[in-house]
Order: sequence, then structure tokens, then C-alpha cells
Amino acid sequence: MNKPVQVQTDTATPTDFTLPVEGGVPADGLVARLREHVSVPVAGLLWLGAAAVSAAWPDQTAWSRTTLLAILQAGVGIGLVGSALFLARRPVFKVISEYGLWFGALAVLITAWEVLTAKTGILPLPFFPPPQSILEVYTDDVSRLLESIAHSMLLLLPGYLLGGLVGFTAGVSIGWSKSVHYWGYPILRFVGPLPATAWLPIAFFFFPSTFSAATFLIALSTAFPVAVLTSSGISTVTSAYYDIARTLGADTRFLITKVAIPAALPNVFVGLFMGLGSSFAVLIVAEMMGVKAGLGWYLQWAQGWAAYANLYGALIIMALLFSSLISLLFYVRDRMLVWQKGIVRW
Amino acid sequence: MVALAPSSADAALHGLKVQVRNVSHAFDTNGEQLDVLDEVSFTVQPGAFISLLGPSGCGKSTLLRLIAGLDEPREGKIGANGVRIVGPDPSRLLVFQDPTLYPWRTVRQNVALGLEARGLIREQAHRVDEALDLVGLSAFADVFPNQLSGGMAQRAALARVLVNNPSLLLLDEPLGRLDSLTRMTMQAELLRLWQDAAFTSILVTHDVEEALLLSQQVIVFSHRPARVIGTVDIDLPYPRHRDDPRFVTLRRELLATMGLEHQL
Repeated sequence: MNKPVQVQTDTATPTDFTLPVEGGVPADGLVARLREHVSVPVAGLLWLGAAAVSAAWPDQTAWSRTTLLAILQAGVGIGLVGSALFLARRPVFKVISEYGLWFGALAVLITAWEVLTAKTGILPLPFFPPPQSILEVYTDDVSRLLESIAHSMLLLLPGYLLGGLVGFTAGVSIGWSKSVHYWGYPILRFVGPLPATAWLPIAFFFFPSTFSAATFLIALSTAFPVAVLTSSGISTVTSAYYDIARTLGADTRFLITKVAIPAALPNVFVGLFMGLGSSFAVLIVAEMMGVKAGLGWYLQWAQGWAAYANLYGALIIMALLFSSLISLLFYVRDRMLVWQKGIVRW
Repeated sequence: MVALAPSSADAALHGLKVQVRNVSHAFDTNGEQLDVLDEVSFTVQPGAFISLLGPSGCGKSTLLRLIAGLDEPREGKIGANGVRIVGPDPSRLLVFQDPTLYPWRTVRQNVALGLEARGLIREQAHRVDEALDLVGLSAFADVFPNQLSGGMAQRAALARVLVNNPSLLLLDEPLGRLDSLTRMTMQAELLRLWQDAAFTSILVTHDVEEALLLSQQVIVFSHRPARVIGTVDIDLPYPRHRDDPRFVTLRRELLATMGLEHQL
């Protein structure tokens, strides 16, 4: 074919577009290099020092898990020093060294906490339990804690998924159909701002069990932000996208599933994140107010016994659990919206 | 290189004949009526390449949307091969000034859009690769649109319509946003695609040179509401050259028709 040569000028080689930066922020200069290689062994030594303090300095009143604390601290220290010695060239060390300063700071912090509580008693009991007492909670109250975690998750996840699904469906309908928008949107705007926890007394009255009431409230708190953001996402899709699809022979079903929903998906995820945050709040309040199980109930129960170590222990577990769920949602979002980054990373 | 359309032997059969008869159109904005088209009439022969030339915002793009079937004219009739146009159809396809690729789909998935929408993707998946090859984007098939340059994105948009083997291509200033070098390249490319595939082309532009380089006939429009104020036949063989004396004469003639003699 007699194709003019200059036609090719616009067609660059596949390397012509943005390339991913390997391994995050590049270390620049001597300071960064030093930090990368020195921070981990230094942190390791700090942990070993923390272990020495725990083991050698006698407690004011004997705690049953002081030895375990010292062993764990020594374990972390040996692990860090060992990784600096034997894994320095492995990719995993890059991750460890990135948090090297954090490891060091944690060792100092825990030692200070240990000294101020168990070793000197400067910070008084029962409000300031020493680290080994929280360790004791995890070793001695493990079955109750596991049961509470399971209860909380069994309440949270079905409620959240149900709310996400209902909110998404409602949002798509409101964003797409003018008549659904006419009736649905005012309800969304009027009832939506009510915190789901405000429904608590009414929900506990109407539902057959506190469990179903709490599930309903968690679903409600998730559904509203998801519905609002999905509908606004759907209704702000540029009309040119629809024009293109219509000329290409798309029917309404195609326009909704293949144009409107994918275009609105970034918004849907914003709603899902907001919903997840408020569902945590509803979960804990519902468990404190009526549901006789779960981490919220555990907090309440621990407070009743003035068991502050159990309170802190449960708070740490909740932080780990909820931040993991948020990370999971981030992961799902990044997989589904990979096109937003402009770089395919599988 | 693979030709997508039937061979040029049945070119006359493949290109659509477009008849625009006394078309007037208006929009309602804030209770006021905004007239955009006023008694527009013209005919485009099957397989022809014509340009609609006029000042920016005069209503040419509206006319293109009416021919595409995306909107219905308030008055008058538009026909394709003698049949009145009442809605969009994959035989009449638009390319906009913006490539408007779907950012969540790869280039290949964007090009496959029309076949997917009509449920033909299973049998005709090979056409997607052929179309990508035709516009020189095979190496970028699995890339997302936000990684493409402006020219490449517009090529992808072209492939997205060409894969459907249209009989009428409606080009709404498709090269308007491109830099001048890319623009020249793409003009040659458009011409080549039209010559190979033999569809009818209607190009909306406000660039006199572009109209002269590409089309066989230029229909000149007035300011809004757009009326046809002249028709100029471009009797030059392809490829055309800007410094050809006949080209210069025709340019002067076109500018005079547009009332821009003082620009010379």
C-alpha cells in the first residue's frame, strides 16, 4: 500500500510512555544509604537492649509475662540483626529497611513504657498497665478475644456487603432514571445525613434480634454514602461517552453496564471507603449498646472490671483489624481501577 | 497492511448518499430559543469527501449530530440512501474533536466497543486487530488511553469507528486539537483511509487549508444560525500541495465566499 512515510512519525515505540518507578522512592545521597543499611541493625540492637531491660531489671510487683516479653523482644532484635547480616541483598530487606527507623523508635517507646510502669511505677495502675500485662491478656484471654473478633466480623461483613450492594443498586437507579431520581434523591438527601447510630433505639425495638438490628444499621450506614456517591458518579458521566456508544449500536443495558457503571466506579469506591469507616463506628456502638458479643462488647466488659490491660489489648486488635479491612478495600480498588494509575501493575 | 472495507470495486455501493433537505434546528437555553441551523440543504454523493466550512460555533457540529441521528431536526428532513434518518446507526459514525476513548478500557477494548455492543465480538474479533494495524497502533493495543499522545488517541478513535466498516464517516474537527506536525500526518492518513475504504466522508472544519487538502467539495456556512452561503468544487487530484497555483486560487475563492477577502 502506498502509505506516505511521514505517517509513521506519530507512532512511537512502545517504550515511549511513562515507565513505572521501581521500588518506590529512590535513596538519594550518603545519608539515605547510611539510613538504609545502618537503621536495621541499630534497631535490632535497641530491641535486644529492650529485652535486657525487661529481663534484668526486676518488676516492682511481679508480672507473670515479663519473661515472655523479654523473649519476644529478643526475638525481634535477633530477627532484625539477622536480616541485616543475611538478607541484606534480598528484596525483602528493602521493605524492612524502609521501616528501620520505625523499628528503632518502637523499641525505645516500649522500653520507656516498660520502665515507667512495671519497673518504677511512675505511671500508676490500673490506668497504665505495663506491656507484659497486655501480653498476658493475649495469652490468657485468647478464647474470649477470638470469639469477640469472630462475632464482630460476622456482624460487620454481611452488613457491609449488603449495604454496599443496596447502596450501589440504589445509586445506579437514582443516577440513571429520572423518575427514580425524582423520588429517591430527596429521601437520600433528607435521611442520609442522619447518623445510623441515631436509629439504634428504634432498630432494637423493631427488629426481632439485636443481631439483625445491628446488621440493618451497619448496612444503612454503608448504603447511604455508597448510594449518594454512585448516583452522582452516574449522573456526571460525560454525555459524549453515551453518544459514542449509541452510534456504535449500544442498547440501554450496554449503556448502563459498560459505560455508566465503569465511568462511575471511582466514585463508587469513594462511597465504599466512607461506608466502611462509618460501619466500624456503628458496629462498635451497636455492640456496646445491645449486642452481647464482639469487640465493642469486650471493651464494655473490660471497662466494667476496670481491666485496662484488656481494653488496650482490644483496641490494638481493633486497629489491626480495621486497618487491614481498609487495606483490603484499597487493594480491590487498585485492581479494579488499574487504568487510573496509567501503569499496569499486576 | 490490511484493508477493512470491501475492495474499492463496490465503492459506489458502500458509501452512503446523504440528503439534507431544508433543515432548521434550534436549542432552548434559559427559556430563549437559540437558532443554530436555517434552511440548510445539500446532497453528498456516495463515496464523496465533502467539507462543511464555517466560523467556529456556527452550528456545523449540530448538523453532524443530526446526520448521525443523535438528535432530530426541528424542521426539514435528512436521508441516507433515500431513507429518513430517525436514530443513530453503526453505518453512520462520528469522530469528535476529543478522542473520547473510554479511559477504563485498553486501546484494544475501546476499538472493540462497537462489535461488543452489537454482539459480534466473538465472530469478528480479528477485525479489531486489523483496525489497529490500519491506524498503526498494534504495538499499543493493550495500553490504556491516558498513556497515549493526542495523535495516537485520535488514531485509536478512528480505529474504533473503522472496525465497524461504516458507510458514512462524520468527522467533527477530529484534528482540531493536534499540533501542526501531527495534524499534517493525520490529514494524509485520513485521506489514505478514505481512498482505501470508500466510505462517504463529511468533515466539519474551520480550517480552509484542511478543507482544500482533503475534500472534493466544500460547503461554506454563515455565522449562526448557519445557512449555506456557497459551494466550491475542488477539482484537484490527490495528493494536493499547498503551493499549487490552482490550490492558491481556490483558497482565495473560498475565503471570498466566507467574506474574508480582506485577509488576503
